Amino acid sequence: MKLDLLTSLYVFMLAAFIGFEVIRRVSPLLHTPLMSLTNALDAIAVVGAILLAGEYHAHRAMLAKILGTIAIVAATSNIVGGFLITDRMLKMFKASAPKKP
Amino acid sequence: MTNLPGLEYVIEVTYLIATALFILSLKWLSSPTTARRGVFAGELGMLLAIAGTLLHQGIVEYKWIVIALVLGTIIGVPLGEVAMTAVPQRTALSHAFGALCVTLVGTAEFYLRTPDVPRFMMGVLSLEVILGSLTFTGSLMAAGKLQEVLPQRPITYKGQNIVNLGLLGVAIVVAGMLVAHPEKTQLFPLIVGIPLLFGVMMIIPIGGADMPTVISLLNSYAGLSAAAMGFVLDSKLLIIAGALDGASGLILSVNMSKAMNRSFTNVLFGAFGQEQAAAAGKQETRPVRSATPEEAAAILAAANKVVIVPGYGMAVAQAQHKVRELYDALTKRGVDVKFGIHPVAGRMPGHMNVLLAEADIPYDKLLDMDEINGDFPQTDVALVIGANDVTNPAARTDASSPIYGMPILDVDKARTVMVIKRSMAAGFAGIDNPLYYLDKTLMLFGDAKSVVGSIVRELGGGHE
Repeated sequence: MKLDLLTSLYVFMLAAFIGFEVIRRVSPLLHTPLMSLTNALDAIAVVGAILLAGEYHAHRAMLAKILGTIAIVAATSNIVGGFLITDRMLKMFKASAPKKP
Repeated sequence: MTNLPGLEYVIEVTYLIATALFILSLKWLSSPTTARRGVFAGELGMLLAIAGTLLHQGIVEYKWIVIALVLGTIIGVPLGEVAMTAVPQRTALSHAFGALCVTLVGTAEFYLRTPDVPRFMMGVLSLEVILGSLTFTGSLMAAGKLQEVLPQRPITYKGQNIVNLGLLGVAIVVAGMLVAHPEKTQLFPLIVGIPLLFGVMMIIPIGGADMPTVISLLNSYAGLSAAAMGFVLDSKLLIIAGALDGASGLILSVNMSKAMNRSFTNVLFGAFGQEQAAAAGKQETRPVRSATPEEAAAILAAANKVVIVPGYGMAVAQAQHKVRELYDALTKRGVDVKFGIHPVAGRMPGHMNVLLAEADIPYDKLLDMDEINGDFPQTDVALVIGANDVTNPAARTDASSPIYGMPILDVDKARTVMVIKRSMAAGFAGIDNPLYYLDKTLMLFGDAKSVVGSIVRELGGGHE
């Protein structure tokens, strides 16, 4: 248990460093799509919500099911909406057409 | 976790691949040429992770999961199809949804696990729930202000920061008591309820121009709360996704606070509400030179290099498509047109870029403040559309100005400056802009869309 937590902390730390390095390189041009994309990725929390809503619970099963189901709805709408709008925005970014002679 | 049966391995591998795809997704987002591939990688990772999760043997009932997934999709599609001008409020709303999910899962986990919650676990769980709930109401408030269903005006009162910090302090103390006594379930509603209230109070003093910072900060909170949820559920995938989102929000918040010349601690504690920029009294009486669209068109047509500086006023007036026509008309005459974009122009980071890209302006013409500032001395005309404080030279020269030290676009170094503005009213910060009284500055009063439209007509007329 204790070791697991320590591993999790390592994972968090490394991911934070990777996050800083990768995201620092994102051009300010794309900061709005960046935010909507990270928002969609963040909705991976749906994984926890699915387990909560679907697993067997000996007690307070109703509470888990209700909260889990609402949580899935919230996260799924972020996934679907987030990816959709990010792609729509990115589609609009076009480079200058090459100069015609 | 020690003895994984076969299926568990499969699930863990899908999570591993999903994690790699998420990191690649953000990496590919660094350039517009690869960015769409990034979205695809993210979608694939998400699909794999969800499919993997559904394979879990522990799941005994699928009915509600399926209903919820379908319902979420039904809500998500329209949220993905909002107009580009509504993107800031949509983003705020999605932060609220993300935070809602995290808070609900955290709450359920607490009631399922109490009274045997290890100390560290209870600590992270509290963090998850506190950050989640304050982000939920905070983001809803921000979305409401951006959508203008709530008053946009910042509401301030004496001792606001003390009240807010006090609220947060109480929530943290209660969380501490829960860490010591996780069986005291009656305390738990407090670490949901108080942050919910705090989220509202935190956004009340925020005005429109502070929104880019606030949205970034809420983004960061949403990410951190998801990472905390990853600790609670022992999900590495969630920890990583949350850390990436948290890092992204933090970088953007730091960028925004730098661009507004506010200290980061000022931002971090939510104390970014206006320190009422007691509009340095003295009414300006100096004359300004105003010009007609015809005169502006003549000057623009004769220029070699033009830099357009858009601000929130352009978004409000929905002038981006007219600006595109202006860009076309000038480019056709051989004028070199670029756009200079301040990091906090608009209501969220990158807002102006999205609007201009929507209007089909090539992205290589959209330049960041640092890229464009060196160009102004060689620029014939700097055309400011609906931007104010970000062009105020007082930020560079007048140490007594409330915005002194804020990095600005040096439009005053261009040979001629044109400002399209509805009236002489001061900008968001309530500070007069000396730019308008320069000899080289021409004021074009009116709605951005109609003024740009008239200039385009003049240019078109002269051409044909």
